[in-house]
Amino acid sequence: MMQSPADREGQLVMARGHLDQLLETIARRGFRLMGPTVRDGAIVYDEISSSADLPAGWTDEQDGGQYRLRRRGDDALFGYNVGPQSWKRYLFPPSSLLSRVRSEDGLSLAAVDEPDTAPLAFIGVRSCELHAIAIQDRVFLGGRHADPVYADRREGAFIVAVNCGQAGGTCFCVSMQTGPRAQSGFDLALTELLDAGRHEFLVEIGTDRGAEVMNQVPCRGALAADAEAADQIIQRTAASMGRQMDTGGIKDLLYANFEHPRWEDVAGRCLACGNCTMACPTCFCFSVENVSDLTGTQAELHRSWDSCFTMDHSYLHGGSVRVTNRSRYRQWMTHKLATWIDQFGTSGCVGCGRCITWCPVGIDITEEVAAIRADDGAVTGGPDGAARTGPAGLAAQEGQTGDA
Amino acid sequence: MTLEPLLREHPFLKGLEPEYLTLLAGCATNVRFGEGSFLFREGGPADRCYLIREGKVALEIAAAGRGSIIVQTLAAGDVAGFSWLLEPHRWQFDGRAVEPVRAFALDGICLRGKCADDTRLGFELTQLFARLAIQRLQATRLQLLDVYGNASASAV
Amino acid sequence: MHQLSEPVTSSPWTVPAPWRVTSRRRESADTVTLELEPPPGETFAFRPGQFNMLGAFGTGQVPISISGDPAAGGPVLHTIRDVGMATHALCALEPGDRVGVRGPYGTWWPLEEAEGADVMIIAGGIGLPPVRPAVYHLLAHRDRYQRVVLLYGARTPADLLFTDELADWRSRFDLDVQVTVDTAAGGWRGDVGVVPDLIATTRFDPETATAFMVGPEIMMRFTVRALRSAGVPDDRIFLSMERNMQCAVAMCGHCQLGPFLVCRDGPVFCHRQVARWLSLREV
Repeated sequence: MMQSPADREGQLVMARGHLDQLLETIARRGFRLMGPTVRDGAIVYDEISSSADLPAGWTDEQDGGQYRLRRRGDDALFGYNVGPQSWKRYLFPPSSLLSRVRSEDGLSLAAVDEPDTAPLAFIGVRSCELHAIAIQDRVFLGGRHADPVYADRREGAFIVAVNCGQAGGTCFCVSMQTGPRAQSGFDLALTELLDAGRHEFLVEIGTDRGAEVMNQVPCRGALAADAEAADQIIQRTAASMGRQMDTGGIKDLLYANFEHPRWEDVAGRCLACGNCTMACPTCFCFSVENVSDLTGTQAELHRSWDSCFTMDHSYLHGGSVRVTNRSRYRQWMTHKLATWIDQFGTSGCVGCGRCITWCPVGIDITEEVAAIRADDGAVTGGPDGAARTGPAGLAAQEGQTGDA
Repeated sequence: MTLEPLLREHPFLKGLEPEYLTLLAGCATNVRFGEGSFLFREGGPADRCYLIREGKVALEIAAAGRGSIIVQTLAAGDVAGFSWLLEPHRWQFDGRAVEPVRAFALDGICLRGKCADDTRLGFELTQLFARLAIQRLQATRLQLLDVYGNASASAV
Repeated sequence: MHQLSEPVTSSPWTVPAPWRVTSRRRESADTVTLELEPPPGETFAFRPGQFNMLGAFGTGQVPISISGDPAAGGPVLHTIRDVGMATHALCALEPGDRVGVRGPYGTWWPLEEAEGADVMIIAGGIGLPPVRPAVYHLLAHRDRYQRVVLLYGARTPADLLFTDELADWRSRFDLDVQVTVDTAAGGWRGDVGVVPDLIATTRFDPETATAFMVGPEIMMRFTVRALRSAGVPDDRIFLSMERNMQCAVAMCGHCQLGPFLVCRDGPVFCHRQVARWLSLREV
């Protein structure tokens, strides 16, 4: 959490009044600025033109199934946590055209014009969101076949991160080791220093590109006191997380508890609405559809967000593999926290808490994990609904001799 | 000459104690069926079972308008006939030799008599036939599941 | 056993290449084999067990097993069963038509590792096409293997695929071919019964044999049981699994089977890897 003196070298302090100059400098380099703004009672990410668009003086109050904005007592520009969306809507758009094919000349490829191909600058990216982007990078860029749409948007995206000055009601980045301090993956990282005497930003340079931009913005060198002030803010944030999750051995824990009665329990609450998958910054499932035009000479391949909560997600041979609510919730949670690790080498969860906040019935992933952990090895079955097999769980129950 | 040494080699009776094999041999005869001939007909008296040594037997059923339908084929090592064991001792299917068949025929009345005398023999035989019946049941269920069927054609 | 295929073309996964249908052959009432040729200048190579994503113009893409001889040059064979809109369109293609193709994808049958011992190829229904390339390989390198057995089951005699080839294979002395159907009319001279029951009466050495299996999941489950009863260990039983596939490049999330992405970690899996996941319902 504390930065070493070496890390602090080259840190700058910029006055709040110069933030617009920073934004303009970035914009002048051809970037479209995407940042937080208040709309429809939430803080959402949208195109911004200046700091006037930022949610000054607003914070968010979040809990299971609850989100509301509240006025702060100050003018903090980044005094909130995370809204219903994440940056994935820009890197991995909800709907995109992949290719277009014409049937004359034997399936020739037609050009696909992007409506606006200007590179994007993300203003106000939280540490959890940086991790989420890195996680999606592995999915879309880390395999044998990179995704061209994601690659196009990701490459060159300018990232101005923000270290959280407060923890949200559903935040647990500390448990997931994804924050609150932004460690890497940014061009610039800001920590808002706001008190009676001043409104400034500690600026950490992450890339040469970030350094070049800062060269155009009035600022001074950071003093030890500035860095310490930032450290204290970040530590205070880390100490006030709204949730926590014990992730020790979580993959093995969930692998051993696929028949836990808790899944029945959560299935009774879950509406399979899929809000969690849409709000989640790492969920990446998409469906591919072919759309033909009326003349029948042109066909387009479209991709749009999908959710493992839909009935069709696992459709095969006239039916779906995962039919029950129970199996679909289990799929989502075990993928997020366990099988993702085997698939892509990291956890899929960054502890941002959106799934908890935006679940209409307030299902809390941290609570579900705790419940399973507290009753490790319990199995659904029997007239009283639960039978015990002990920690060996699945293997003992099924009599399999597969890998432990 | 007793058929005992040959009976002992039939896979169905592997593991049966020698004293019981001797008892069974007393009920056994060697039989042959030419290609196309019937070992048994549906509805006929089921007074024997066949331990197939060579050839292929089709268990089939005939229905008006559908011709005959084969539900299972049996080959060397298999057994045809459970109905000797239980009332009403009637064959449920036709058994036709698809190819020339050599088999041991075990006389049902003889077997039932010996089982009545020696209940231990009865238990051992019932075990053997129960295992066979379960295997057939599982196979039949698999066939019923129509696993290869078109998604639209099958219920599952 | 993470074997990943090399993409053949440099175009991104979103752009299927326009291949051409060179011939079409009806295999059964609902199954067709298409011979496809890549665009001029493009070569194609695959390993037994891999699949391509095929899409007729105007429909979505589906994973189709490559069913031909990997060592033969020339057009690439794909055997397709008509079960939905996309496969229906593929089955209706005629020579000269174009079709979008990308691949090959997925893991392949570990044929080299199986050398020196018996090999059992076990196929059910539409499972014979994905395993036929393995049979070609085995026959082309026959001296590297001990006994080679092919067990094949289908619904009825009319549903049997590649019947000409089966007859040829049957006539070989170095290949044990057993075919069975679930039900047949009286004139059928073959076997009627289920594939798992063939295992008990097949001659092979369970201690060293390798089994490659493709078929409906239920059939594979029972066949695995029979193989295990016979003494074949889990790490020498290989299955080809199927799940909903839309991208085939480990990105769309649909083909998940627990920790595995079937398009990337499969479709060929060692039973030891997947046993625990297959024993769970709705995973």
